[in-house]
Amino acid sequence: MELFFNPFDNLVCILLGISFTVWFTLLLVFIIVPAIFGVSFGIRRLYMKTLLKIFEWATLRIERGAKEKNHLLYKPYSNAIIAREPTSLEEEIKEIRRSGSNKDLDAAPEFEMSDIFYFARRGVESIMDDEVTKRFSAEELESWNLLTRSNYNFHYISLRLTVLWGLGLLIRYGFLLPLRVTLAFTGVGLLVFLTSVVGLLPNGRMKNFLSEKVHLMCYRICVRALTAIITYHDSENKPKNGGICVANHTSPIDVIILASDGCYAMVGQIHGGLMGVIQRSMVKACPHVWFERSEVKDRHLVAKRLSDHVEDKSKLPILIFPEGTCINNTSVMMFKKGSFEIGATVYPVAIKYDPRFGDAFWNSSKFGMVNYLLRMMSSWAIVCSVWYLPPMSREEGEDAVQFANRVKAAIARQGGLVDLLWDGGLKRGKVKDTFKEEQQKLYSKMLLRLSWDFP
Amino acid sequence: MGSRASTLLREEEIEEIKKETGFSHSQITRLYSRFTSLDKGENGTLSREDFQRIPELAINPLGDRIINAFFPEGEDQVNFRGFMRTLAHFRPIEDNEKSKNPTASEPLNSRTNKLLFAFRLYDLDRDDKISRDELLQVLRMMVGVNISDEQLGSIADRTIQEADTNGDNSISFNEFIKVLEKVDVEQKMSIRFLH
Repeated sequence: MELFFNPFDNLVCILLGISFTVWFTLLLVFIIVPAIFGVSFGIRRLYMKTLLKIFEWATLRIERGAKEKNHLLYKPYSNAIIAREPTSLEEEIKEIRRSGSNKDLDAAPEFEMSDIFYFARRGVESIMDDEVTKRFSAEELESWNLLTRSNYNFHYISLRLTVLWGLGLLIRYGFLLPLRVTLAFTGVGLLVFLTSVVGLLPNGRMKNFLSEKVHLMCYRICVRALTAIITYHDSENKPKNGGICVANHTSPIDVIILASDGCYAMVGQIHGGLMGVIQRSMVKACPHVWFERSEVKDRHLVAKRLSDHVEDKSKLPILIFPEGTCINNTSVMMFKKGSFEIGATVYPVAIKYDPRFGDAFWNSSKFGMVNYLLRMMSSWAIVCSVWYLPPMSREEGEDAVQFANRVKAAIARQGGLVDLLWDGGLKRGKVKDTFKEEQQKLYSKMLLRLSWDFP
Repeated sequence: MGSRASTLLREEEIEEIKKETGFSHSQITRLYSRFTSLDKGENGTLSREDFQRIPELAINPLGDRIINAFFPEGEDQVNFRGFMRTLAHFRPIEDNEKSKNPTASEPLNSRTNKLLFAFRLYDLDRDDKISRDELLQVLRMMVGVNISDEQLGSIADRTIQEADTNGDNSISFNEFIKVLEKVDVEQKMSIRFLH
């Protein structure tokens, strides 16, 4: 019996050995070596084109299936459901009053019972559709991308489509996910190891040079770990030393995307666990700005450390996400003014993800970090565009808030995102009463018919 | 996320809601998606907190009153039917509806029902009369701290004086309708859908 198994065992061992070797060689040649040198074979772009064709076919099949059953498809509308006129409080109430009386407006009484119509309608409009709450959940797609998590019409799927979907599931979880997880571990492991090694060198040009190379290489491996297909535009505007790079925030992957194309000094709070290990080793190789939890509350301390960093021209540009939280990549929300008060040159960057291949938005109330990363690694790909916008500085007579809004408008315009004044903090917190008080003040002015200098 | 929305709403339900409210099929599915995205507890009903989470509603001076209009007497939860029934008041009046069978029950978005919605925003205790106190309360909500009690009181008095025809120092629904008979209620209390 033993003799029977031995040669068989040997054969299995040999086969396994060969396949592992082949696997790792392919990995090395096609993924890791290009990552080190920053070149690309173009495999990912080919993959992207193939996927798009398949998605279009899938959508057509679903539409055909729905038509056969004579049902209406659920079509998500990315634009508004209702028509909202941008008229002001004063204009609208005047209009309501005008329609109700033939008297001259100046002689009309200050209050009309019909004034309530304005508030009632605005209130119900916001119940039907508002600009803020929909930014904190994933964007809905018009075509189906063969991920169950984004399909709303799955009772129209034919057999062929189900087979395709099953195949897709197999490929994603059986082949892509293990590959990506391996790469991710390799990338992170190398980052920690090599930055610690570089950290042992004395400060100087050699250290900076090596640190740059190490960081870029490891981030590029991570980019391949996510199958991220990134298009960089206007690279001549890339951030320079002594500047601050600001970008819109959709997910923690934003950092990897930007850092694989240039070197930045990261800003953030020191975490425990694996994150903390990575942070501590990164700072050995080049100066990042990490804060203790207690220091984060002290705004002056934060501002001082950031301005010290930007003044030292040998240090890398700082990367900051002024929204303070992840938004779903359909809009840009209020920028916190802290980074705009420092007085350094601001390099705005717009990041726009293509939602057809995988939704990059991190809904932190729904998914934890690990769950999110697994979802990312089991999507088809992460496709995005990065635009480096020309640098901006604060102008004469402009305060930090106006400057922040100007930068935000530029980023929104370039990325094709909606520019909102609302605070991203509304994801978790309540809206401030000052906004309600503003409305009340406006209405009071109408009642008392005072001039616009009402305090 | 509203992702499973349209598949949870059965065709029969959609038909019933269509008959009751007059919304179209696509409008109903769209609003159902909105309902589920507001329903954070995922139990098929909305509570007052779910509404208050909408920032634009929270800053509306009459926000709380509007939210109240969705909840029937003494209840804390509203289901999708109730949600749609209240929203139906704001559906625009179409021309072909005006010539409908006059003996059929009045549609939810008729001029009278729109005015009733507004009336109920004033009439907090639902006794079918707007008293001086109720009027003052609503005025106070709309102006905040910017107008003194005396001024507000005189505004309220003047309004009641003009509207009150039977001398009971409060405004009944019929008096309310009379005061607003020239106002273009159909347009001002309607929300137009884009699809």
